[in-house]
Amino acid sequence: MNGAVSDSAAGASPAPAWSKPRRGLAAVRVLIRITVPVMAGLILGAVILALLGRNPWTFYSDLFRAGLISHQGWQAMLTRLAPLLLMSAGYVVAFRAGLWNIGGDGQFLLAAAFVAGLSPTLVAGLPRPLALLLLGLLGMAVGGVWTLLPSYLKAWFGVNEIITTVMMSFIGMNLAALLIKEAWRTESVMVPQTDAVPLDQLLPRLGGTTIHAGIIVAGVVVLAVWYVLRYTATGLRLTVLGASPAAARHAGLPVRRLIVGAFFASGALVGLGAALEILGVWGYMRADWNPKFGLALFALVFLARLDPLGAAPLATFYAVLDIGGHEAARTASLDSDFILVLVGLILLCLAAWQVLRLPAGERLTWWRCLGDRLRLRDTP
Amino acid sequence: MSGILSPEFLSALISGMVLAGMPLLLAGLGETIGEQAGVLGLGMEGYMLFAAYAGFNGALYGGSPWLGLLAGLIAGLAAALLVAILCVWLRLDQVVVGIGLILLGEGLTSVLHAVQFGDTSPRLPSVPGLAIPGLSRLPVVGDSVFSQPVIFWLGIVLILVVHLLLRSTRWGLKVRAAGDRPEALDAAGVGVTRTRFFAVLVSGALAGLGGAYLSVVSSGFFWPFMTNGAGFMAIVLAMLGRGRPVWVGVGAFLFGACVSMATALQLVGVDVPTDAVFMLPFLAVMTALVAFARRSYLPAALGVPYRREGS
Repeated sequence: MNGAVSDSAAGASPAPAWSKPRRGLAAVRVLIRITVPVMAGLILGAVILALLGRNPWTFYSDLFRAGLISHQGWQAMLTRLAPLLLMSAGYVVAFRAGLWNIGGDGQFLLAAAFVAGLSPTLVAGLPRPLALLLLGLLGMAVGGVWTLLPSYLKAWFGVNEIITTVMMSFIGMNLAALLIKEAWRTESVMVPQTDAVPLDQLLPRLGGTTIHAGIIVAGVVVLAVWYVLRYTATGLRLTVLGASPAAARHAGLPVRRLIVGAFFASGALVGLGAALEILGVWGYMRADWNPKFGLALFALVFLARLDPLGAAPLATFYAVLDIGGHEAARTASLDSDFILVLVGLILLCLAAWQVLRLPAGERLTWWRCLGDRLRLRDTP
Repeated sequence: MSGILSPEFLSALISGMVLAGMPLLLAGLGETIGEQAGVLGLGMEGYMLFAAYAGFNGALYGGSPWLGLLAGLIAGLAAALLVAILCVWLRLDQVVVGIGLILLGEGLTSVLHAVQFGDTSPRLPSVPGLAIPGLSRLPVVGDSVFSQPVIFWLGIVLILVVHLLLRSTRWGLKVRAAGDRPEALDAAGVGVTRTRFFAVLVSGALAGLGGAYLSVVSSGFFWPFMTNGAGFMAIVLAMLGRGRPVWVGVGAFLFGACVSMATALQLVGVDVPTDAVFMLPFLAVMTALVAFARRSYLPAALGVPYRREGS
């Protein structure tokens, strides 16, 4: 975990994962790097709350009570964490190869729709472990397939994958709603949704809690992804590709196959997260359901540029915000979209904090840089 | 299906195409300028939402659509100022700042809208059209094209203005150099940071105009998440247009036609599921990308913060 945050300044492509700061202070530095900007973001959020005439202190204490401290809160948070962990692992795999998979929401919803739509048949016809396994694989396959077109365009024609994944994401979200309304619509309720499978026929709960077994699956998969990226030849190949596509080509790596593979794995992990959410929390899917984890989680994971293990604390923090934020917003009679404001502010603060970590040569003369920048000059 | 080529259908299709296409055109022109200067304006969706909200308020309380458009332009400019400071001046990551801005735009406008209007959803009066003498009496195109508000014609003129700006002025040359060979521009003694800074501001102002068009002219009211991907489509338009405003315009109205297809089809009694219709513009984009993949072009230094050699 130490040295997880790479030390290079903000660039357009993910920084090489091997650039580590020294071990001793690293843990403290990571803590400061994450905590200070998050606090700054929350303070800015408090200013907005005050301007809206809400008490920021009540809002935040509600948020952390409902999302972390209360008995229900931490269970709900850990339940929410399962899909988030898998999504962030998916993003990390793509980052490692220098790819930007921004279309997580579409992959997530489409995979969820397929799992929810086919689970009644599969659960009824097969023994439970086999059905769950097949549904998990189904989610992975759908999520992975949804990345194929962007990765083809990227690998063969160099088309910017940021754009294509977003386009596929919009198509995926609408296709998911369309499939639920036209193909898998239940007759038992008026709202367009799939047939519900009772939750006790799906993923088991852990002990006496409301947390489903998906969190264990997510933990194991994240560990596996971490191991593959860090200790295997495949991980090294992806890292080389991410650091320098030209170098990867010179080294004779199968660049196109790696791009398609990394993209597929990324989508598959997102799809598995969707499958766990449906099989552990809902048992059905409504046509208008869209938790919108994708963009916020993507940027949080990118900013930390951590290995999959290191992404876990950020995913956890996002889970707390998401669970607690809905409750706090309801109590403060605000729209729950206020969570988006908080995440956006925290993102901007996290990004801005990086500017304070200038390279060694620049640090001595930061005041000169500032002067030049004030005059809009190009600082060497 | 017999009525598919009827004057009513075509007229509805074309006027819908203009309503949906204009915001895309304005934002696409803005994005073109930003991209040419080497800054990926991923936050376009955020600019447009802020501007749509500000524009709606401006028109509602100011009592004139022009005030609304002005408010939208200022809101887009303000959001772009933030992006220019963070991405160009401080060289922060453009993708992260863009996403941050999108989330802020979605969240703030939605929360403010709920606080301000609650369950009442006021509407703006529709913007009066300017009937062009003679031409406005033509069948089909008369009602749909030649009776548009003045701002429509300003938008069309803007295509030409942006074209001339990029191709025939010193500023345009600097902007394109900042995107393609920033080090050459720097060597020629022109500030890359300064050039990009102002390009981002212009791009935000145009996107703001597009966002305000959406709420003030196209729909007459504001609702949360109303851009629904228009900002991203503007980015694709700029990418496919390869820095040529005329193609951005053509693309914008083609996508606009996809968006307006739904209402036009319903008018002649063909019922298509709305989800399928919402998919159309994005499918069109993907098809265009697959078909013209080889030809989509982005400036070499797009998204790369400029630093001098050896720093």
